[in-house]
Amino acid sequence: MSQKSETPVPVPNFDNAGFWEGCRNHELRIQRCCACSALRHHPRPLCPACNSSDYDWHKVSGRGTLYTFTIVHGPTLAAFAAHAPYNVAVVQLDEGPYLVTNIVEYNGTPLRIGLPVEVVFNDVDATISLPKFRPVKPMSGSAATLKD
Amino acid sequence: MTTLRDRAAIIGIGQTAFSKQSGITEHRAACEAIRAAIDDAGLAPKDIDGFVRYDIESNTELALIYSLGIPHLRFFAGVTSGGGAVCGTLVLAAMAIATGQARNVVCFRARNRGKRSISTPGKFGGGRPWERQPQQVADFYQYHTPFGLITPAQEMALIYHRHMHEYGTTTEHFGQVAVAQRTHAERNPNAVMRQPITLSDHQSSRWIAEPLRMLDCCLETDGACAVVVTSRERARDAQHTPAYILAGAQAEGPIHIQLSDYFTHRNEETGGRSVAKQIYEMAEVSPRDINAAMFYDHFSPAVLTSLEDYGFCKPGESGPFVAAGNIQWPHGRLPVNTHGGSLSEAFIHGFNHILEGVRQIRGTSTCQVENAELVLVTSSNTDPTGAVLLRR
Ligand SMILES: [Zn+2]
Repeated sequence: MSQKSETPVPVPNFDNAGFWEGCRNHELRIQRCCACSALRHHPRPLCPACNSSDYDWHKVSGRGTLYTFTIVHGPTLAAFAAHAPYNVAVVQLDEGPYLVTNIVEYNGTPLRIGLPVEVVFNDVDATISLPKFRPVKPMSGSAATLKD
Repeated sequence: MTTLRDRAAIIGIGQTAFSKQSGITEHRAACEAIRAAIDDAGLAPKDIDGFVRYDIESNTELALIYSLGIPHLRFFAGVTSGGGAVCGTLVLAAMAIATGQARNVVCFRARNRGKRSISTPGKFGGGRPWERQPQQVADFYQYHTPFGLITPAQEMALIYHRHMHEYGTTTEHFGQVAVAQRTHAERNPNAVMRQPITLSDHQSSRWIAEPLRMLDCCLETDGACAVVVTSRERARDAQHTPAYILAGAQAEGPIHIQLSDYFTHRNEETGGRSVAKQIYEMAEVSPRDINAAMFYDHFSPAVLTSLEDYGFCKPGESGPFVAAGNIQWPHGRLPVNTHGGSLSEAFIHGFNHILEGVRQIRGTSTCQVENAELVLVTSSNTDPTGAVLLRR
């Protein structure tokens, strides 16, 4: 599809491959320092807390909170303009780090800061999947707690 | 302790006309603005021995010395970032002068961003850089662009929406900034946008990236600005009132183009708040001593967060501060962007704000603050940032 081919795709590199590999396997893996256990995103070679270069890719819960968002009307890149207005969000994971993402599957749920969300993966091509988030469905009988 | 305090002064300012389509290249625009600043300083090109530019500037000092006929440079540097670089150029120039590495330093920015401007090829050679994002994203934009986060307006919308959520700031507060600056631009013949606007015009202007509307956004301008900086001693012989650099500082802070780690690290020690602390200590002044402020305003709410960062009001109180008329010339407590700023005069990546700061010190602004003794000029506070205090 020509539309898809025009959409920008990430090119993984030596320092962040674990993050994108996780996404490809539909697991949200966040870089974790082996020396002090601090999580960090975006990926980078050294832990900003202790400067250790020893890290692994820690599978997180995939749960988080909508921290802020915008509804984009344009101008924007041609590949996205056809979908405007669309949302771009920053989600804070329950484990702490933030990600830039999109909120999906929220029909009927007005977006609001504080909305509990969970990760879903969008397969872009054979090698890249993007982590996106959808509202957490309140479980029947249990009170969904809102964080804000 | 030796500091930058009062070591250097701006003695010349120059600019091109500001327009949506200048019809000239960024190189020619830079030459015209720099030549005008040298003339205004009462100097000749041969007197210039230093250059400081933004590191993304398309005009290298080498190209400029060929065009301007400057025989010999002793100091040249680029300041990291775009809108974050504005005042850092003056800081570096003052450092070079204070240490004897240069005598007369030109700082400048030339920028063709009108939609139909003549552009130089290359990522920063005019037009909108975000339109030239590659489809394969290998740099840190790979955490933004695949999600449709493309433009500075969209990035800033995420930051300001959070400000609204935390503090109750409203889009009407954004609009009050835009309206105040437009009333200033109405008096300024250099301004690209001079027709009056109302808060209702703001509220009915189209969404760009909610919560930002079109009238919250800076202009897209062709133009260039330049200044000449010299030593305090030589400034005494200048033909115009010198604007002494009483204090200046830079700070690296969280940046809007790496948003996944922006909110983690923004705190009291970062960005504009760090710069504010440095310059107030160096100058031994407090916000109440400042007569006018030229805040970097790529988007109107940047004025709100700058008012907070630089201590003119408490965090979260900038909306009500603006609503009370405090940034409005002539009666406001702190007239802000008295030339119209990036929203109404021109967007020269903030450099036109330095020129307006100098005009306030000289007494030649079209919205002149009476007895302006001390003027604050800032770089973008969501980038590597900086600020200077200019004094008469
Ligand atoms: Zn560590």
